[in-house]
Amino acid sequence: MKELFIEIYNKNKELINANSNEYLRLLRSNAINIFKENGIPSNKTENWRHADIEKRLKHDYYFDFKSKSTSMNVEEIFKCDVYDLDTFSVTMLNGWFVYKNAPITQLEDGTIIGGLSKAIEVYPDIVEKYLGSAADMNKAGLVALNTAFLQDGLFIYVPDNVEVSKPVQIINIVNSEEKLFLQPRHLVVLGKNSKLTLVHCDHSLVHNINFSNTVSEVFVGENAMFENYKVQNIGDNSSLLTNLFIQQKNGSKVSNNALILNGGFTKNYVDVSINGKNCHADLYGLYLVDDKQFADNQVFVKHAEPESTSNQLYKGILDDMAKGVFSGKVLVNKDAQKTQAYQNNNNILLTDDAKIYTQPHLEIYADDVKCSHGATVGQLDPDALFYLHSRGLCEKTARQLLMYAFASEIVNEISIPALRETINIMVEKRLRGELSICDQCLLHCNDKETAVFNIDLNKI
Amino acid sequence: MLKIKDLNVSINGKKILKGFNLEVNAGEVHAIMGPNGSGKSTLASVIAGRDIFTVDSGEVTYMGKNLLDMPPDERAKEGLFLGFQYPVEIPGVSMINFMRTAINEKRKHYGLEPLTGMEFMKLMEEKKKIVEIQSKLTNRSVNEGFSGGEKKKNEIFQMAFLEPKLAILDETDSGLDIDALKVVANGVNALKKPDNASVVITHYQRLLDYIVPDFVHVLYDGRIVKSGSKELAIELEEKGYEWIKKEAGINEKAESTE
Ligand SMILES: Nc1ncnc2c1ncn2[C@@H]1O[C@H](COP(=O)(O)OP(=O)(O)O)[C@@H](O)[C@H]1O
Ligand SMILES: [Mg+2]
Repeated sequence: MKELFIEIYNKNKELINANSNEYLRLLRSNAINIFKENGIPSNKTENWRHADIEKRLKHDYYFDFKSKSTSMNVEEIFKCDVYDLDTFSVTMLNGWFVYKNAPITQLEDGTIIGGLSKAIEVYPDIVEKYLGSAADMNKAGLVALNTAFLQDGLFIYVPDNVEVSKPVQIINIVNSEEKLFLQPRHLVVLGKNSKLTLVHCDHSLVHNINFSNTVSEVFVGENAMFENYKVQNIGDNSSLLTNLFIQQKNGSKVSNNALILNGGFTKNYVDVSINGKNCHADLYGLYLVDDKQFADNQVFVKHAEPESTSNQLYKGILDDMAKGVFSGKVLVNKDAQKTQAYQNNNNILLTDDAKIYTQPHLEIYADDVKCSHGATVGQLDPDALFYLHSRGLCEKTARQLLMYAFASEIVNEISIPALRETINIMVEKRLRGELSICDQCLLHCNDKETAVFNIDLNKI
Repeated sequence: MLKIKDLNVSINGKKILKGFNLEVNAGEVHAIMGPNGSGKSTLASVIAGRDIFTVDSGEVTYMGKNLLDMPPDERAKEGLFLGFQYPVEIPGVSMINFMRTAINEKRKHYGLEPLTGMEFMKLMEEKKKIVEIQSKLTNRSVNEGFSGGEKKKNEIFQMAFLEPKLAILDETDSGLDIDALKVVANGVNALKKPDNASVVITHYQRLLDYIVPDFVHVLYDGRIVKSGSKELAIELEEKGYEWIKKEAGINEKAESTE
């Protein structure tokens, strides 16, 4: 398996490195060497024991190194109408940044939004300073592979003291007749006292097999605020691997919320380095899976400096033969006194065949800290169910109401009202057993009846 | 309206109700009294349809139908209401969503259109007045963080809202101060109509100053050992349960060494 990727790299070296500067070429060649060493994570290692990545990788995938960033009228293929969700919307199509007007834009307030491949050309100083410095390629996962094949992704730079007025929405669309293997790479830099909200929607338009291996690096400056939402709603044949690395400086606040509403195979790795005092990180996650779906959340929070706080809350409802994993780790370094770190994972298993592997984990080297961790696995509360029945709610309605109540704790943490409303509706639908597509989203990712938009990438 | 004939109920092989009989007709108020552990809550739960109990034998008919054949939600839709001794806290389910779902499921059962938002809110306001329940309670999750008194008031509120034909109130008066007690009694009295009935399970005679029962029954060790009028309640309050036990010919010692 490893050899196959190396072979693809060697065969396409020219294409991969085309139009790249010295920095990128070096980054890639360094990365392929690390990948050669580390290879694909083995299911014998702790964090991959339950994730059958080999099986997901064994398809005859197609790599697209040619398309490059393209200009096109994105609205023709995709329109997200989360009611009232007023966003700067950017789109990735099959791993490539697509744009309507310019490949990179500077807003009036100085914020730069665009494709990473273009950003490297136009803002080499910023990109070279940050790219690759947070994403540890030696950490288990396919971070090295992503870096070796690095082509395109989203780039956002928010200058000091700028609060970006609208959330930036990034829509990741997979639409291809081929079994695509894509590796988007995102870079987000927030200056001092700045603020940014990112909404990340993963859609796969096709029911074909495809694999996404995403790496995002986020640098949060002093007293800056970064909010990140991931709405993961992919088809059963899609595999989604995300690796998010966040670095925090003094006084910064981070909130990450990963909502897995559907997906054959989803594994999210979140790595937060709290390198400052008075920082706070909230890490939330919700996973609603059924059938033979797989949802895996791995969280690592490192408290390197004193007086910061972090809070992890992940909740899941697993039906049928679905499998879930939560593995949360908090590391408190010797100097990180007065750290407060909390970790919680609650699960509801609806059948005997559904499984959850949960492993909260604390590693503490400082002595003056407040930390706690806990995990629960249960069924719906029979007393609550009977109470609802006794008021005339039938079995199905009562169960849905309780499941919805369980999930709503995470949904209520969404601070954008329009997004919260939409997610609420999607969660409700999902729990009713309907597919949770955004009504207004033309993609109708999971709707088998809707015709696949045929976009010939060679023509655009 | 409700006929219970020779009902025997057990849980995990332990017999709790042992030949229980009761007949409740429309327009009547029955009080059931009895010491702790005599089976009052078990009776209420079985009538409401809790499946952890096993009905070993006996018959229960409600409005001419075999009640034991009906799932609990259908019993509720057909007008049965249980006020829980220990109301359940349900975090994340708002009272508003709960009541709206309940009323609309019931309406659907009778072939009626669901209430519009406006109609529903109007009804809520109207019913809140009956039980003097504060708005903040209906805006919260079901019973979550409610005080004991608030939980009991909330049971009465739900009863007022759902307008049952037969209400069974399981110690809705325990732990209440006099003001709250009056609220509970008002709720029950407001529901009193010629074609409705209620069964009030209580420990104390106190509630019966406000809700005047037509019949008082004493439940002991799984069956009714004495029935009478309101005066029986007063007698019980004065003399305790000992004389009832004697009168019923129950020899406590003999039973415990069995
Ligand atoms: N869930 C249960 N499991 C086992 N025993 C129970 C359960 N519920 C009630 N019992 C037993 O049944 C008997 C009657 O209880 P209950 O109906 O609650 O009495 P009351 O309401 O009159 O105080 C008691 O001995 C009690 O311990
Ligand atoms: Mg009781």
